[in-house]
Amino acid sequence: MEKHYTDSKVKGVSTGTTILAAIFDGGVVIGSDSRASIGGEYVSSKTINKVIQVHDRIFCCMAGSLADAQAVIKSAKSHLSFHSVQMESPPLVIAAASVLKELCYKNKDELQAGFLTAGWDSKKGPQVYVVSLGGMLISQQVTIGGSGSTYIYGYVDAKYKPNMTREECLQFATNALALAMGRDNVSGGVAHLVVITEKGVEHVVVPGDKLPRFNDE
Amino acid sequence: MAAAASMMPIFGHQISSKNDLVLDWSREEVSTGTTIMAVEYDGGVVIGADSRTTTGAYIANRVTDKLTRIHDRIYCCRSGSAADTQAIAEVVSYQLGFHSVELDEPPLVETAANLFRASCYRYREELMAGILVAGWDRRKGGQVYCVPIGGMLVRQPVAVGGSGSTYVYGFMDSNYKPGLNKDQCLELTASALSLAMERDGSSGGVIRLASISEDGVERRVILGDQLPRFSTH
Repeated sequence: MEKHYTDSKVKGVSTGTTILAAIFDGGVVIGSDSRASIGGEYVSSKTINKVIQVHDRIFCCMAGSLADAQAVIKSAKSHLSFHSVQMESPPLVIAAASVLKELCYKNKDELQAGFLTAGWDSKKGPQVYVVSLGGMLISQQVTIGGSGSTYIYGYVDAKYKPNMTREECLQFATNALALAMGRDNVSGGVAHLVVITEKGVEHVVVPGDKLPRFNDE
Repeated sequence: MAAAASMMPIFGHQISSKNDLVLDWSREEVSTGTTIMAVEYDGGVVIGADSRTTTGAYIANRVTDKLTRIHDRIYCCRSGSAADTQAIAEVVSYQLGFHSVELDEPPLVETAANLFRASCYRYREELMAGILVAGWDRRKGGQVYCVPIGGMLVRQPVAVGGSGSTYVYGFMDSNYKPGLNKDQCLELTASALSLAMERDGSSGGVIRLASISEDGVERRVILGDQLPRFSTH
């Protein structure tokens, strides 16, 4: 019998994670789980933070090969801080997303990494961008990614509404991550969430035992 | 394994060895890449399915009925290979009908589920069938049994299956509570199927629903323009 497993060497399949980003009225929430695993058999880290700050009000979540993603983000961070110095103003969120996109597209044959970029800037307010595996860049109101995301497409489609309040959006993101972690064996641990608004940035960590529970039989 | 491999296009091994621009449906197997769902309530069960059958990228039937009658108060929801599931359902229908005559009373849902499991497990190397068996009997009321690919058997209060089911696990986990009544179950099933059909390319068409209880079987169809709608983004 052929084994039914996802072949992680195939381009387009992400390694274990659940990431999401959603815009609410006045800001954006970006979050992820905290598990890093080797082939779904060994959890190499229970508390890794997949939400990386690339500038004061711009954060990224990575999906795909962790090594590729870290390398790309490192390069993007330095591009972005140089760009910010040249422009003498904080970079736009789309600038950060574009930098990631350029790197992903130009090196698409070698890389296997995708990103969610979320942030706030004075020109367009809160924004979320998705840079997919091949280097496509699109803007969305809410987006999910990673292997655990397949289980919450229905939930996100049903529950996300534009112009939610900060608390509603935070609850929505926590619930979505908890549901994905409940079904995906390579997502888990704690929920890392970052709330970005004009006023600043707030980290929220929801430990495993405080995550909402849904019919856990 | 060459024979088995050619029966499994949906895992991507055999989607097309030619240029994608050349349409070649004759090499593809007919599959019910699908979304199916079954929910127990006090007094019966609600079952639902989408209506799309595909041969590769061509929709061979856009109004398929995947809710198949096995006995008066026992139905099954079929997913996987259309040919395999039709054949198994026919065999089980026959076996159950015979058994019911011998017993001189309506058969149990658990019996039907075990017959499915027996066929699916014995021929697990050759078959590609994921089946939900649901119905009502006098002994245990409404029951849902899940017989996924491989031939396992497990009873669950609510079960989803098919390629579209992965997208609605989160929705189902958060919205299902024990103790729902029939109308709530119908609404939950219709919403979940609609969400899955939005995201899964192999699911679509209309939603077929049925509710099975002591009083009988009630069937209904929700057409495309009446589907519950959720897209705001």
